[in-house]
This record gives sequence, structure tokens and C-alpha cells, in this order.
Amino acid sequence: MDFQLILESLPELLSATLLTLNLVAVSMVLGMVLAVPIALMRISKHKWVMTPAFGYIFFFRSTPLLVQLFIVYYGLSQFPSIRASFLWPVLREPYWCSIIAFTLNTSAYTAEILRGAIQSVPWGQIEAGLAMGMSRFLLFRRIIIPQAILIALPGYTNEVILLLKSSALASTVTILELTGMTRNIIAVTFKPIELYVTAGCIYLLLVFLITRTFFGIEHLYSAHRRPSRRNRQMPEPAA
Amino acid sequence: MLDLHGFGNALAVGAWVTIKLMLASLGLGLILGLLGAGAKLSRFKTLRVVVDAITTMGRGLPELLTVLFIYFGAIVIVNNLAARLGYEGYIDIRPFGAGVVALGFSFGCYATDVFRASVLAVPKGQIEAAHAFGMHRILTFRRILLPQVWRFALPGLGNLFLVLQKDTALVSVIGLNELMKNTSAAVGYTKKPFTFYLVAAFIYLAIAIVTTLAIQMLERRASRGVRRA
Repeated sequence: MDFQLILESLPELLSATLLTLNLVAVSMVLGMVLAVPIALMRISKHKWVMTPAFGYIFFFRSTPLLVQLFIVYYGLSQFPSIRASFLWPVLREPYWCSIIAFTLNTSAYTAEILRGAIQSVPWGQIEAGLAMGMSRFLLFRRIIIPQAILIALPGYTNEVILLLKSSALASTVTILELTGMTRNIIAVTFKPIELYVTAGCIYLLLVFLITRTFFGIEHLYSAHRRPSRRNRQMPEPAA
Repeated sequence: MLDLHGFGNALAVGAWVTIKLMLASLGLGLILGLLGAGAKLSRFKTLRVVVDAITTMGRGLPELLTVLFIYFGAIVIVNNLAARLGYEGYIDIRPFGAGVVALGFSFGCYATDVFRASVLAVPKGQIEAAHAFGMHRILTFRRILLPQVWRFALPGLGNLFLVLQKDTALVSVIGLNELMKNTSAAVGYTKKPFTFYLVAAFIYLAIAIVTTLAIQMLERRASRGVRRA
């Protein structure tokens, strides 16, 4: 083990880690924005609304992300009309291509998580809300969403971790995020073991931090599940 | 009609390599998963801790990094070991073997917990009953545990297998001529990236559909003795 080398390449690896986090955060947010309407379409009763959402989710969940990334990065240049359009300066950039591919991919997975969460809210509560004269929007805001968030959180945590791991694929389209930078340094120093181990440790640390953060959020939103401060002295009888 | 410029054959050959890679990694992954579950359920604390650390690592690392590490990193370790043991030649790892090891390892890390949970889901009374009948450990495992563990584990393993399938594309990065790599070669000649990558996507989709159907069939077969509401 060449610890000197690890220490020397650490600044570069850490700045590459920031790019990895940037990729994850941006695609996570955009993916969530896209996932909500897709999930709502997916639970619609109208066939013409539901089928496109189903097809979208099915396609993006059943094909490798690498293929999706290559379709966006290499594939779009096949069409002269796209190359001539005002979007080309964006679609030419590997960074934005990665963001687009990751966003589309994670939105499909997130939509499926949201669908499961929305559908697992007990029907009786929705009926009760309707009986109280709530509009559909109010029903969503007061009854469905607060509960669905809590149900969706563990699945969503997994999805964010998967997204972090997928972000390594951006290195195949020349982006120097953590994996790309690691490969670059190895190409110069010929010390694969030291650098892969270091990169691996950074990834594990990120996974740990993500898990902790989401546990914290879950804790925040689940106060009603814990015994109140007044009753904490008397534990509930075991069910 | 879709014009593949004579590359249809290359794609078919690539798809076949992808399928072989998938099945080989699945085999290795299942074995590793069973061993891992056995270790996690064992009486020895050291073993449990070590396996727990390994599976946490395998699940936290990007699959691409695992593939790269096995191909470029493990080769150095293996050769150092061989040199220390007095072997003078150079041991080469082929991309296929490295891919199988990397994907199998990753699958095995996830499968460990699927198997562990399935073993714990078998009621303890059944094991006690088997012992009371005088079955020894291997017979208990074969007749009582395995058929039920298989049934409990199938849905989880099915999901993992679908993930594994998509991860096979990563092995193209270390130069294995599977579907993805052959598609890229075709793109290099024809300059039709969209067409070819989309065709590749649909081939992966077709493989996924066949697998999903096969898993459903296996699940139905495994739970044929179970009464459903």
C-alpha cells in the first residue's frame, strides 16, 4: 500500500466527489419533479392516461442505464435537426446528457415508489375524507400525502443510494466524477489497488451519510409513531 | 423496415454472450449468497461480523467500481500472491471471468440477506419436528428448509436477477464483447448511434420480459402447495 500516493491524490478525489454529489442531487430533484405527475398518471383509471406512464416506467426500469445514457449522449447526434436546434449546446455536454439520463431513469423508479405509497393509504381514510366533503386536492394534501411520504421514505432512500452508485456510469461519457477521476489517476500512476480502495471508501462513506440523513428525515416525520413524552415512562404493552 | 447494415448477427452474438454472463454470474451469486447466509446465521461471532462487513461493502460500492476493481485491481493481487508462492509466469484474467466474479459478488452480497430472511421465515417448530423424527442436519436442510427457503426467497432473488441483467452492460467497459460492446462497434461503422442503442435497449427489454415470465412460473411452481385466499 502506497499511502503517500493516497494522500497526494485525495484532494483531486474529493473535488471529484463534489461532482458526484452534484450529479446525484440535481438528478434527484429533477427526477422527483418528473416522478410526481408520472405516478399520478400511473394510478389513473383512464386507460389512455395510465398506459403511457406504465410504458415509461417499464422501459426505464427494464433496460440498463448505460444504454439509456448512450442513447442520450451518442444517440441524439444522429438527427441533424437536433444538432441544428438551439438545444444542441446543452445536449452536446456530457454533464447535461448524464443529468438527463439519470433524471429519466430515477424518475421511473421514484414514480413506482410513489405509486406504491399512495396506494397503500387505507381506502377507509379516503372514504372518510370524501364523506367530510373534502375536494380531491384537499384530500391529497391533508390525508394522502402526509402518510404516503412516510411510507415512501425507506424505498426512496434505497433509490437515492442506487442513484449514487449509478452516477459512476457518468465516467463512461468522459465525466471526471469520483470513478472517472480514479480511473484517470490510475492511468497515470498504475496503482489500481490503492486508488480503487480509496474511491470505494469514499462511496461507502457517502452511502452511510445518505442513510443517516434519510433516517433523520424519517424520524422527523414519524413523531406520531413514538410514545409521547408524557407517556414515555409507561411503555406500551407488547402487541 | 429497420436496417441493421448487416450487424444483426453481431448483435445476436453479443446478446448470447450477455445471456451466458448473466447465467454464470447468477450461479456464482446464488452459491455466494447461500454461503453468506450460512455464515450470518452461524454461531461464530467473528464469522458473522466479517461477512456482515463484506456484504455491506458489496452493496455500497457502485457495480462499475466493483467490475473495474476486479479486472484491474485483483489482477495485481493475484499475481503478487502467485509470485510469493513461487509461480514465475503471469496470470491473466479474462474480461468474462472478471465480469462473472464482480457481478456474482455483487449479487451474492444482496442475496445473502434474502436467503437469511428466508431461513428465518421457516417456523422453528418444523426444524424441531424434523430432528424429533431423527433426520440429521443435511436431510433436514434438503427436505424441510430448502424447499421453503426457495419459495420465500424467490421474489427477492427475482428482483436481484433483473438488476444483475442490467448490470451485465457494465462489463462492456472492460472490453467483453457482449451486447453493449458489439452495439458500440456497430455504431462506430454505421454512425447510427440512436438506432443501434435503441435496438440494444429493446433486446435487453426482451430478455427482461422472458426472465420476468420465467420467475413468475417458478414462483407458481414453488408455491403450488400453498393455499391462497
